[in-house]
Order: sequence, then structure tokens, then C-alpha cells
Amino acid sequence: MRTSEAGTTAPALRVRAVSKRFAGARALDGVSLDLNPGEAHALVGENGAGKSTLIKLITGVHRPDEGQVYYDGEPVQFAGPRDAQAAGISTIYQEVSLVPLRSVAGNLFLGREPTNRLGLVSFRRMNRQARDVLQRYGITVDVRRPLGELGLGVQQMIAVARALSTDARVVIMDEPTSSLEPREVDRLVAVIELLRRQQIAVLYVTHKLDEVFRVCQRVTVLRDGQVVHSGSVADTNRLRLVAMMLGRAVADVREHGATSFSEEHHAASGEPVLRAEGLTRRPLLSRVSVDVHAGEVVGLAGLLGSGRTETAKAVFGAEPVDSGSVHVRGHAGGAAKRARRWSPAAAIRHGLGMVPEDRAAEGVIGELSVRDNIVLAALPRLTRAGFLSDRRQDRLVDTFVKRLQIKLSSPHQKVRELSGGNQQKVLLARMLCLHPAVLILDEPTRGIDVGAKAEIQALIDELAAQGLGVLLISSELEELVEGADRVLVLRDGAVVGTLRGADIDEDRIMHTIAAAPPDAAASGE
Amino acid sequence: MTVQAVGRRGRTNPREQLQAAGVYLAIAALLLFNLAFTPHFATVTNLRLQLIQVAPVAIVAVGMALVIATEGIDLSVGSTMAIAAALIPLYIGYGAWPAIAVALLAGVAVGLVNGGLVAFAGMQPIIATLGLLVAGRGLALVLADGRLVELFDPTLGALGNSAVLGLPVSLLIVVGVAAVAGIAMRRTAFGRRVLAIGGNRAAANLAGLPVKRTLVTVYAFSGLLAASAGILSTARQSASDPSFVGLLIELSAITAVVVGGTPLSGGRVRILGTLMGALLMQLITATIIQHNLPDSTARMVQAAIIVAAVYIQRGRSRM
Amino acid sequence: MTVVADTPTGNPAALRRLRSEPLALWARRGSAPLVLVLVLVAGSAVFGGRFASALNFGNIALDSSYLLLIAIGMTFVIVSGGIDLSVGSLLALSGVLTAYASRWGSLPALLVPLGVCALFGLANGLLVGRARIAPFIVTLAALLFARGLAFAVSAEGNQVHIIPPELALTRIGQARFLGLGAPVWFALTVFAIGLVVLNRSRFGQAVFAIGGSEEAAELMGLPVRRVKTVVYVLSAVLTGFAGVLVAAQTQSGLPTIGEGRELEAIAAVVIGGTLLSGGAGSLFGTLAGVLLLKVIQNLINQVGTLTAYYQQLVSGAFLIVVVLIQSRLARRSPR
Repeated sequence: MRTSEAGTTAPALRVRAVSKRFAGARALDGVSLDLNPGEAHALVGENGAGKSTLIKLITGVHRPDEGQVYYDGEPVQFAGPRDAQAAGISTIYQEVSLVPLRSVAGNLFLGREPTNRLGLVSFRRMNRQARDVLQRYGITVDVRRPLGELGLGVQQMIAVARALSTDARVVIMDEPTSSLEPREVDRLVAVIELLRRQQIAVLYVTHKLDEVFRVCQRVTVLRDGQVVHSGSVADTNRLRLVAMMLGRAVADVREHGATSFSEEHHAASGEPVLRAEGLTRRPLLSRVSVDVHAGEVVGLAGLLGSGRTETAKAVFGAEPVDSGSVHVRGHAGGAAKRARRWSPAAAIRHGLGMVPEDRAAEGVIGELSVRDNIVLAALPRLTRAGFLSDRRQDRLVDTFVKRLQIKLSSPHQKVRELSGGNQQKVLLARMLCLHPAVLILDEPTRGIDVGAKAEIQALIDELAAQGLGVLLISSELEELVEGADRVLVLRDGAVVGTLRGADIDEDRIMHTIAAAPPDAAASGE
Repeated sequence: MTVQAVGRRGRTNPREQLQAAGVYLAIAALLLFNLAFTPHFATVTNLRLQLIQVAPVAIVAVGMALVIATEGIDLSVGSTMAIAAALIPLYIGYGAWPAIAVALLAGVAVGLVNGGLVAFAGMQPIIATLGLLVAGRGLALVLADGRLVELFDPTLGALGNSAVLGLPVSLLIVVGVAAVAGIAMRRTAFGRRVLAIGGNRAAANLAGLPVKRTLVTVYAFSGLLAASAGILSTARQSASDPSFVGLLIELSAITAVVVGGTPLSGGRVRILGTLMGALLMQLITATIIQHNLPDSTARMVQAAIIVAAVYIQRGRSRM
Repeated sequence: MTVVADTPTGNPAALRRLRSEPLALWARRGSAPLVLVLVLVAGSAVFGGRFASALNFGNIALDSSYLLLIAIGMTFVIVSGGIDLSVGSLLALSGVLTAYASRWGSLPALLVPLGVCALFGLANGLLVGRARIAPFIVTLAALLFARGLAFAVSAEGNQVHIIPPELALTRIGQARFLGLGAPVWFALTVFAIGLVVLNRSRFGQAVFAIGGSEEAAELMGLPVRRVKTVVYVLSAVLTGFAGVLVAAQTQSGLPTIGEGRELEAIAAVVIGGTLLSGGAGSLFGTLAGVLLLKVIQNLINQVGTLTAYYQQLVSGAFLIVVVLIQSRLARRSPR
């Protein structure tokens, strides 16, 4: 361990005035950053602000065009993440980067397994050492179990433990909590405390502002590839951070509220357009019933794994159920279907639409053009005797590009070249051009920049006002509180409460989730 | 992150266009070489021969291109050719056309099995079609008892060797098949579905596309085309030879597809490029043979070209 | 990432489901030996002494030994997430080279084919590991190239090189020990070494990890390229050794042998419970898979009315059925 006096330590890592351009576009412009030992440093900014590029410059994935990275006072240029790791800079990625099929111990010691005198791997020693290491971070698991069987939170911890057991001096965490439950976040926060006490420097990249205040001592805000603020967390507040990320005045933000939903709520009356009853899929869902009226926004709240996404997918026919039914009063008029034989194609025919949670994996088709992506679900309506009409496609695409303000250079541009927010709008357009009666939105604003987020929230409002029924899933409680007319709270695959109108606030939702948790303690390990 | 994408405009990437034109440049270079150095190359008889000989590979390659566009692969095409070839002598007693119909149906059946295993059972395409590559050749040999059967049927003979307006029938079939496939991929909802599935299967499913039906159709189409190629080869040789017909043709077909600019990663397809890829492979083999180099050399050259073509493709899809 | 996003820490029912999975795992891993025993019993019952004799079992063992050598290498390749289609052609090439080089003596007849095969494996490995070309394309090309080379060395198949019978090398193909042919003992020795290497060495752990998640293995600092290269070299060299043994046994090198052997080897490995998607597998399963295939082929031969062509039919069908069951049991989504 290095000698270091509190307060006057030299930065472990210094980034000095680095710039990077990609194909003429400026990604980073004269960015500087200091990481001090024993300090957690937040890096925040909208999508496209340059956070990922900065990490890649530090870990040697890219070379800076200008500027220099100093590690331990020495100028360095790593050959890649492996090289950086060998030098003591470990990166923990958004998605856990371990091998799910291997055991916990195997993952911890991969590449440096303890061996016996014959040079053979000693599984007994490896397992024992793994138990010891994990115990230090308060994790008790059967280290022989395949990693993939454990929860993501535990996997994340194991990734951290692995990073530390390689004698890391700098730990970079790239949105580590994006798929964690609150309880798992707590544990991660505790581990970061531990890291700080061991004089390790932590770079904490996040979208979530409350974590900045909870975890970090310093914060750097990036916007459009430039540092717009760097300083102590104690000297700032949420509102100022948001304003700096957006590049707006504080007053603007306050006026807007945290989301772009309007205050007034929509009246739900008469027959529901969507009625899903008793959806059961053991062991993920048990007897979940949801109904949505025309013009109503129904929120689904719950922790990760509570069955939110499963409910959405079951309603949409994307995943099989054991029993239950879905009724849609859409274009087909009074059609009822047993959910067992339901499929996305059938759901769409009956007036449902869904924008899935995982945009890249389940949403956009990156190789196809923006136009092809938008018209994809509407193909049957755009053909005559099986042949596509260019004119009709263009008209449709034109309409929605304008209406949703999708920013692109041409409808023939590949969709993967668009930013996250614009990709999300493409997916919305794909469903909206079907004129659905009910739209299911699974985390519609996750991982997109603040501007697009506001636009999409406003759009949801507008659509509901025009009579569309919306089933909204969000892990951001304020989005549900301000956007939904009614909130169903899920826990362990069952509806445990319904909140309406003025009753919907963050406290009540959290209380409903937390009320008498039956087995949270038992399954925590 | 999106930063990298800024400033890139999909269709006008000069490097990409150069790579796509590579197959045409290579064909032109080979033609020039042969015109200069190969005796009797620029004769009508020889050029016709080349076009007739390329027909089976070209037909199989068109089917393969569609399968590859769905992010799949069909290794069973050679065995499907063998099954078709083995069935012809068994049914030729009923006339040439019924025998051809049976052979085509058998090809579709193999394709349906492939498609079913891939679409409904969720097997990896390589493995599903690998199984049928082994089992299919075995079935063909069992059907024919491992024997070569000579056929003297006038209709079949005409299919293999006659010409319409000076163009060989097999060439017309190639053009017809490619035209149908090209139009289907470019102008129809079916084509768009194929590309969407190859680009992102989960997304295609959530967009309500009939993923399984489309996959099965594509493999069935590939089976149908493979059977057609088997029939053409049989007709041309006036003999059904299930031990050797279509042996390793899956390799030539995949090469033709890849050389023609269709990436193995799915989501994109080039039909004309595929035909040109097949033609290029044929020209290379012909050049080697006409310069009295042995067949084994041709194989080794082909192997080198496959690797080179995929290597260049890889650079393209990576960006 | 292949991790299910909602792998539930807070859901007891889901945990139960996960705990019941070892059962499926057992069914997958344990099925090959179980079926093997059943087939042996059934074969003995139907054919009696014609099947269940020391002589016949000795023949099956000898026949299996070549396939086992190939399948051991193939297991490493498949566990690492790859596939090697070139082994059938390499078997022929190795045999031809053994016979060709036998004019210079026993040692060259052993080392020349092994060296050439190692080069092929190296080329495969570098193209897969460094150039990142799909393994099946690389090894298909190698299949073509090796077969072409085998024919080129044999004057386009018009010349069969003969190994002089007095050469010491022929003994490693023909000698017998404890009633079993020498190739059987070689194969079993390689099998034992393979077991230790795959299960108890750091290299073996790396092979598993790379097959499980190449990206993660890379990020965790494993030498991914090197391990992949070594795996293909291993497969090629073991195949080369099998080719030497075949040539030594038959005293000649034929460029036509080994066609379809790659499929047989893959079938044996997969039947043995190794996941084709990589990351999990066992050599014991591979052994059982090899024996199972060979016993079934032997039984087909016992039935006088069935031609050898049925072997191909059955192997292919078997492969499909096993993978079908695998994908049902493991419920892994296709890539």
C-alpha cells in the first residue's frame, strides 16, 4: 500500500486535457479529471456527453488525439482493458462481465487458480479462498454454484470482489446499479465505502442523481464532450446538476418539475379497452389482472424481478403463460382471446402495441434503415398482393418522423446510427403507426438523454389525452407518480396493491412494495 | 454510445462500396487474364459451357443467400441434391415430370425439416442442417443402394443440354430463380421479414412478424432450389449419382454468397452479388483446369478464397 | 450477456426452479452412458455371441480408438465455443503423409504428418482466434485445403503410398497388448491426459471460461487468442496422430478416407452432453458418445439386410435427436 496522508494525497489517476474525435465529430474536447485515492468521483452527463469515451480513453480502448493520461504521476497509454487491469485499473461494466456457467469460485480465481505441487488446480483451496474473500464483503453464497444461478446484485458484488483481488488501485464503475434492486444497491454502496477506506480511487459513472449524493465526494459533469462542472458534491445540489447536464438555467428546470408529465389526470370510465385476467406463469406470475381504459395511463410498479416485464410480455403474448386471458376491445371489436394461444402478432392484430425494455436486443433492427424499422409491424397494411408500396411507406414514415421529431439525416439511414432517444422514438413510431388501442411501454425512458426523455413523457401524456390506453412500466417512481392515473404494485409476481389519483405518491408506492415482505430476508443471500 | 456514429451516413461509405464491387473487379480481372493467356477461352462453346456448369452452384447459392440473410446456414444442400438425384430413377417410370415433381417435393420436405428444427425446436442452424447433411446423404445412398444409374430420358436430356434462343435452359432457370428471389427480397413484405429476422430475431417477433413461418419458408425454399440443382446436375450428366452429386457444394455456395457481399451475420442480402460470386468461383476453377493444373489445386485455391472473402467481410461488418 | 435479467434473488419459487435444474443437467450428462448400457444389453439379447464376444468388442474398441482421439480434440474445441470441421480431411492427409514419409524411416513417418497437422491447426487457430473469422468457415476451408493437399500428394488419387511392412512404425498400429490393439491403448492414454488437462489445469479452466463467455474471459484478462489457437492445434495434432495410427494399421495412406469423420466426432461429443454453444462439457461423456456411435454402427452391420449406408442415416438422425433433447432440457435460447 502506498504511503498517503489524508488530504494531501497525489491523485492516483490524472486525465489532462484529452480530446478525441470520431470521423470528424468531436467526442471529447479538452477534458481533465483527477481521481484521488480514497475518494468516489461521480461522472454524470447525458447520453452522448462523452462518459463512455472517457472511460475507453483511460482503459486504453481508444487513444486520445490530444492530451495525456497520467497514472501514479507517469504518462501512460494502455494497450487495452487487460493492460490497464494489470496495472491496477479495474473496470466493472454495466452488465456483469463474468462467465455464468462457471462457479462463483471459478469466476473469482479465473486465470490465477491456486494450484497444488503438480501444477494442477486445487478446487478445495480455491473454494476455501473464495469463501474467505467474499466473506470480507459480507457475501455468503455457495461458491461452487454456477454464477448464472445467482441474482444480478450478487454477481455484481463478485465482479467487484474479483476486481479488488487483482490489487486494483483505481476502480471504474460504469452504471453499476442500472439493473440492481434497492437492497442490492445498499450493499454496493457499503462495498464502495470499504474501497474508499482502503485508499482506492473510484470513478462512478451514473445516470441516477441520488446515487451521486449518496456515494460520491466529488462530481464531474460532462456535456457535449466538455467538462462543465467539477467539484465537491457537498457544494452542489440535484437541481444544479440537472441544470448543468441539460445546459439550462436552474429556473427552467424548477418550472418543469422533474418529469414532463402534465399535472392533470385523465378520467377513466366505462368498459376497459384492455382486460387481462388471472395471468399465471409459474413461478414468475400468479394471477395478475390488469385493465386499462381508453385515455388512461396505468403504471406498473415493483422491484426488479417482481414480474413487471413478465406481466407486460404476457399481456402482449411475447411469453407463454400457464393460464389467464386477455381481452382487447380494439379494432377487432370485442375480441377475446385465451392468453394461452396469444402471440405478439395476434396482440398487434387486436390493437395492442408494445415497446420493449431492452431496446438493442428486442427493439431496433440495427442493420435496417429507419424507414424499414418504422414500417416493420405495419407491413401487412402497406402491401398489395404481397408487394410493398414505396409511396405509402414514405408517407407513413414522413408523418411520424415529423410528429415525434426524430432527428435523422435520411429515412434510409441505418437505425443503429441514431442516438438512444431517437431509436426509442423509432420504436414508438413503429407501434403508433398501427393506431393501437393500448400501448405497453416497458421503461420507455431508460438510458436515454434528458431531452428525449422529456419529449417522450410529454408524448405519453398527449396520446392518452387523445384516447390511447397506456400501460407504463418504470423503475423511476416519480415517472409513475406524475405520469400514471392508476398504479398497480407488483411483488413476487402478484398484484399487492392499487393506488389511484391523489393517492399515488412515492411514499405510498414504496410502502406497498415493502409491506410485509414475506421472504426478503430469506432470499437475500 | 452514439458518438462514434455521428457523421457517418449509411449509404455512402466509399470503402463499403469498393468491397461490394470487389467481386465484379475480380471477375473482370479473371476474364482479362483468360482472354490473354488461355487458348480457346473466348469461344462461344467455352463460355456456354462455363455458364452451364455454374448453374447448380448458382441456384443453390441463391437459396443459401436467403438462409444466410436470416442469420442461418444450410449445410444440407449437397445431400438434398443427392436425395433428389436418387429419387429420379425411382420414379422415372411414371414419366420425367412426375419424377421431377417428386424430387422437388423431397427437397421441400428436407427444407421443412431443417426449418422446423431451427424455428420450432430452436436448434442452431449449423447443427440442424449438419444432421441432415449426414442423414440426407445416407438416405440418398440407401434409396439408390449406393449405385450410379444411367438415365436416357429425352425430357430430362433436354433440360440438361438444350437451349432456347441460343441460351442454355439451365442458365434460364438460374436467371428465373435469381429474379424471383431478388424481387421477393427487394419488393415484398416477405423479403423485409427475412431481413428483419436476420437483423434481430427477438425484435422481429415483438413487432408481430410471423418469425417461425418465415424461417420455415426460407429453409423450404433453399431445399427446393437444392433439389432443382440436383435435378439439373442429373439431367446434364444423364445419370443419377447420389454418392457424388453436390458433394461439398455447400462450401461453394456459402463462398459464392459471401464473396458476393452478403454478410454471414444476417440482415442483409445481395442476390446479384451471389450470382457473381458463383460465377467467380466457376471462372477460377475453369482457369485452373484449362491451364492443366490438377483438381486438388482448384480445391486449395477455393479454400484460400473462402477465408480471404470472409476476412474482408469481417472488416466490413465490424466498422 | 446471457444472464437472465430477472434472475430472482427475492423469489422463492424461482429459486426452487433453479435448484431443480441439476436434474436436467444429470439427464443431459448422464444420458449417453445410460443409453450405451441399454444398447449393449439389447444388442447382446438380440445377437447373442455374434455381438457379445471378446473378438467383436475388441474390434469395436479398435474402431472407436481413432474416433476417440479425434473426439477428444473436438471436445476441447467445442467447449471453447468453436467447431472443427477439418478433422476428416486432416485424418486422410495425415495418413497419406505418413505413408509418403515412410520411405525415409519411422521417425519421419511419424513427425511429418504431425508437424503438417500442427500447422493446419495453427492456421485454424490463428484465423479463429486472431482474425476472428467464424470457426466453421475457417475449418470448412481447411477441410477443402487438406483434402486437396492429400490428393496432390497422391497424384490426384492415382497413387497409393504403401508403408513397408518391415517398418517399426507399423507396429504402433498393429501391435496388441492384453488382447487390445495398440491404438486402443494410445487413445486411452490420451484420454487420461485430456481429462487432467481439461478439468484440472488452468488451461482447461480457461477453455471452459472462453466457451462460457468470450467477452468476459477477455475482460478478465485471460489469453483468449492463445487458448483458442492451442485448442485448434490440439484438435489437429490428435487427428494427425489418429491418421498415423490408421495408416500404420492399414500400411497405406488413402486420400479418400475420413470423409464425414468430422460429423461423427461432433455427434459423439454432443451425444456425450457437451453443449454445442460452448462452456460446458465432459470428456467422459465424449467417451460414452464415441462408444455408443460405434456400438450402434456395429449392430447395424450385424443386421445382414442393412447396408453400410444406414450408418450415416442413423448417425445423422441420432445427432439431431440428441441436440433436440439437449435444447429442450437446457432451454437455452438459440444464438
